[in-house]
Amino acid sequence: MTAAAGPAGTGAAGGGRPGPAEVRVLGIRHHGPGSARSVRAELAAYRPDAVLIEGPADADPLVAYVAEAGMVPPVALLAYASDAPQVAAFWPFAVFSPEWQAVRWAVANGVPVRFCDLPAAVTLADRPDPDDGPGPGRGPAPDDGPDPDDGPDPDDGPDPDDGPAPDDASDPEDGPDPTDAPGPTDGADPTEWPGSGGGPDAGGPPDLARAGDPVVVRHDPLALLAAAAGYDDPERWWEDLVESRGDAAGPFEAITEAMAELRAAAPPQDPVEQRREDRREAHMRTVLRATLKSGARRVAVVCGAWHAPALTRPLPPAAADSRLLTGLPKRKVTLTWVPWTHGRLATASGYGAGVTSPGWYHHLFSAPDRPVTRWLTTVAGVLRAENLPVSSAHVIEAVRLAETLATLRERPLAGLAEVTEATLAVLVDGDQVALDLVTRRLVVGEALGAVPESAPTVPLATDLRAAARRLRMTLDATEKAYELDLRKPTDLDRSRLLHRLRLLGVEWGTPARAAARNLGTFREAWSVRWRPELEIDLVEASGWGTTVPAAAAARVVARAAAGTLAELTTAVEAALVADLTAALPELLVALDARAALDTDVAHLMAALPPLVRAGRYGDVRSTDTAALDRVADGLLERVRAGLPAALTGLDDDAARLLRDRVLGVHAALALRADPAARDRWLDTLAGLADRDDLHGLLTGQLVRLLRDAGRLDGAAAGVRLSRALSVGTSAAAKGAWVEGFLAGGGLLLVHDADLLAILDRWVVGLDPRTFVDVLPLLRRTFGSFAAPERRSLGDRLRGGGTGPAAAPEEIDVALAAPVLPTVELLLGRPA
Amino acid sequence: MTVPTALLRPHAEDAYAGELTALAAADDRPRPPGWRMSPAAVVTYLLGGTLADGTVVTPKYVGPRRLLEVAVATLATDRALLLLGVPGTAKTWVSEHLAAAVSGDSTLLVQGTSGTPEEAIRYGWNYARLLAEGPSAGALVPSPVLTAMRTGRIARVEELSRIPSDVQDALITVLSEKTLPVPELGTEVQAVKGFNVIATANDRDRGVNELSSALRRRFNTVVLPLPASFDDEVDIVTRRVAQLGRSLELPELPPALEEIRRVVGVFRELRSGVTADGRTKLKSPSGTLSTAEAISVVTAGLTLSAHFGDGVLRPADIAAGMVGAVIRDPAADAVVWTEYLEVVVRERRGWGEFYRACREVSG
Repeated sequence: MTAAAGPAGTGAAGGGRPGPAEVRVLGIRHHGPGSARSVRAELAAYRPDAVLIEGPADADPLVAYVAEAGMVPPVALLAYASDAPQVAAFWPFAVFSPEWQAVRWAVANGVPVRFCDLPAAVTLADRPDPDDGPGPGRGPAPDDGPDPDDGPDPDDGPDPDDGPAPDDASDPEDGPDPTDAPGPTDGADPTEWPGSGGGPDAGGPPDLARAGDPVVVRHDPLALLAAAAGYDDPERWWEDLVESRGDAAGPFEAITEAMAELRAAAPPQDPVEQRREDRREAHMRTVLRATLKSGARRVAVVCGAWHAPALTRPLPPAAADSRLLTGLPKRKVTLTWVPWTHGRLATASGYGAGVTSPGWYHHLFSAPDRPVTRWLTTVAGVLRAENLPVSSAHVIEAVRLAETLATLRERPLAGLAEVTEATLAVLVDGDQVALDLVTRRLVVGEALGAVPESAPTVPLATDLRAAARRLRMTLDATEKAYELDLRKPTDLDRSRLLHRLRLLGVEWGTPARAAARNLGTFREAWSVRWRPELEIDLVEASGWGTTVPAAAAARVVARAAAGTLAELTTAVEAALVADLTAALPELLVALDARAALDTDVAHLMAALPPLVRAGRYGDVRSTDTAALDRVADGLLERVRAGLPAALTGLDDDAARLLRDRVLGVHAALALRADPAARDRWLDTLAGLADRDDLHGLLTGQLVRLLRDAGRLDGAAAGVRLSRALSVGTSAAAKGAWVEGFLAGGGLLLVHDADLLAILDRWVVGLDPRTFVDVLPLLRRTFGSFAAPERRSLGDRLRGGGTGPAAAPEEIDVALAAPVLPTVELLLGRPA
Repeated sequence: MTVPTALLRPHAEDAYAGELTALAAADDRPRPPGWRMSPAAVVTYLLGGTLADGTVVTPKYVGPRRLLEVAVATLATDRALLLLGVPGTAKTWVSEHLAAAVSGDSTLLVQGTSGTPEEAIRYGWNYARLLAEGPSAGALVPSPVLTAMRTGRIARVEELSRIPSDVQDALITVLSEKTLPVPELGTEVQAVKGFNVIATANDRDRGVNELSSALRRRFNTVVLPLPASFDDEVDIVTRRVAQLGRSLELPELPPALEEIRRVVGVFRELRSGVTADGRTKLKSPSGTLSTAEAISVVTAGLTLSAHFGDGVLRPADIAAGMVGAVIRDPAADAVVWTEYLEVVVRERRGWGEFYRACREVSG
């Protein structure tokens, strides 16, 4: 019934066996459940002795894993360049993919399966490398021969009658072919592999995909057929014609014929794309010829419908194909199976030509009968789980509406459009939000695949498993809490591993408390839980490197390169915590350069505290931080130089921002055990505190800082206070000054009798009229204190009167002595 | 194909009688019992098209086809239809035309108000006869719903959510059992095939008298959206203005597409809170600024220019109506409108005349 009975193909007749071999081409729609069902039925009826499938030819060794127990679709074939894992492509399979069904059938029946598309070694060689330098895999492949995975496939080799030998590489046609042409753009061809196109999801940093694969928009040939049949949406047309057929009678002959017509009428496409397509089909034919030659009598070829006519006999002369395939660049690639999700199959996640409704397709494929009824019952279940009242009567009405709609639209069976509209009108009362929930949960679905343990994994996953084993951590789905003591080597390594994974976006562990609370301590709490989706995150992260530390370092450097100064310092901090010393020099160089160029003192000040914290953390984690200190010193000098100029002419908001930054730097320097640096900083502040043109908030704050640091005594602070609050200044400035001076709450005022005395003396000394004037300002400041603070302040003033309430307490040194070593340990001073 | 008539506003089935007849004649698909034409023909009637015999069916509704398909399919399943939407999204319009196409009669109407009594949904009594004869079939005054049940036609309930809850619940028996018991006579009225109910309700008024879930369950819900694109909306306004002009027998005016586009543009910008080029954020006024209001602004402008102006729709003619439509809340909306005039309209090329006219009216 198919195009089998033609005269034997040119190259294939040489087999020397009696009788013509038979070939059936099953043109399918990738991820089409109807196609899958038809393919399964067709294979069972035809019983071929060899099956060819459109997919990378170098994935043949992976076929065996399909039969293993742990293999649960959706899964994807992942191919990545061995030397640059970022260069990768995925070929996803769901259970409703015809290719998957064909492979399953063949493996279950012991029939040999081969993938017949261009090897990934060739497809990936076409891609530009992420780092712009000349990639090792570019150009004439240096690793062509010796690699068993990669070398010329047996069927690639020159057939006796295959025509010109490799010296044809100098063919003028081959000359202009740009090896670094835009990546495959299969996304534009609906019959094409969605995965091989390497959309934004194809692994590796997204910017790579964008830079390398400008989508060449090509006219959608299937839309022509659909439009001719009166359908506005080609998907619906295909669905009606093929997918929604309840019976499984083979439509393949008709598809091949239709596609032949379509190919003849299709407008010419971009020559580069055309060449790519020609090569792929040439390779498919070459594999077909080789299969026939090796003695297969009944061959089934499962490929995208678009290619079906190209594989139908009579095949064109082998010589032309072999000329097309000679001299193609190759690079060393590794292939493996990785788990996949329905979400990733769907367009919703930015997948170029994915299927929009994998959940629905899965349902269509797996439901034995009454797909509409079963579907709407499932929808009702999902809605009930969300506490939306949906009764059986609702479901009955929804089914009736869906079927009536299908009749109205003259469709043989209610499709996704009908059941969705029925859901909206009946089950959720027109509520779009509830409908979106159904779409997310069911139409796209949340199915997650798995691959057997024995399957080759991405190197990053292997590395992670080895590290986890070494650290006696299990990749377990149940949540486990870790209290890590960073002074113990194992715990320290665990902490580093978890931090690195977080940098890579693999959220195996999450800090159990806010990270800021953990700083400077030697304890770290983590909550650790392995979720299967993390496998996929791992695959994505594998683009950054082959081991966890290397990948994390590459990622942090790449992220910091684009960031602001503050982001850079945060990256430095993260790198230290994760012990990515390899990334540190690069980060620090970038940091230094960025600091030199950044003229905004506020930025510099924001960058300093994380650096100092990082240095501090280094002490606990025994990391070498000398370089860090150098950079921090440089940064501090820049801040000191720029600060005086940056503080003039500020409005309230800007003053507040800068005040916070100054406080941040001040606190950071207090954390840092470097008295010299602190003195220099205080000198700068002292120079600023007497300037008249500063915002009151800043002056008040500076005086307070200097007084707290002992640079100003009580009397000097008192003079400044009364000067700031005298007649010559405006009410707003006074308020700001007091606010700056008393920032941080009243507790210090309670304990610092001197400070309180200054204030008290000033208030008492006010004449009645001025008192009334400043009363609102004082009230504003004191109003921000907590009630107990205000009460004890009042008590102090009432009881002690003015002046020091209690004489400085006598310190019993002998009594305090035993505590001091502990305090020093807590403060991190070397004992 | 409007039939000239002395009536201010003829019913849909009269105004489009020719189209309905032609559609029914050309329709060879199976018709649900009691229907005048097949569901597919009903959809064609609403969305417009050209029949095999060359009759042109004018579009009554401009909007997504799938919404109307769901609505018509709902009526075919004997479930009641609830049309939701903000005011002015053609809910009543669609319901009238659906009723006209399905049962050839759009007059079985219950207008929902907060004072709608149960009699409007069930039945009332002719008290003179009730006193004279006692309870009898002759003394019973049927409601539009009861009439629709007896004759197998579509009953329409407007503004369902404005009807008090206890009165709404009278619909439950009608919709689920398709019977209306008359205990006073010891009988009941059973609905004939072809009976159904189309109700409309306002999204914005949700919560006025929220439908009970028992009642809600008897309805399939179709939410009518505001027009998706600028051109759709201009198309709707132009079409309706022309129809209204004819039925109000205004003097024929040259098509004023320029001004219609202006009105629709202003409405859409204020409604969405951002200018068409996406550059400027705007405040939205409190009114809905629906397409229906745009239509009435243009119609009012046409009337002004026909009777008091030079016969051409000028910006000044639409300015008054526009200000009235936008400023619903004298305090807040006036600010919104002034901001819009000063920030957007004044700067816009070719809008000077409109700006001056609006300033004049706004005072």
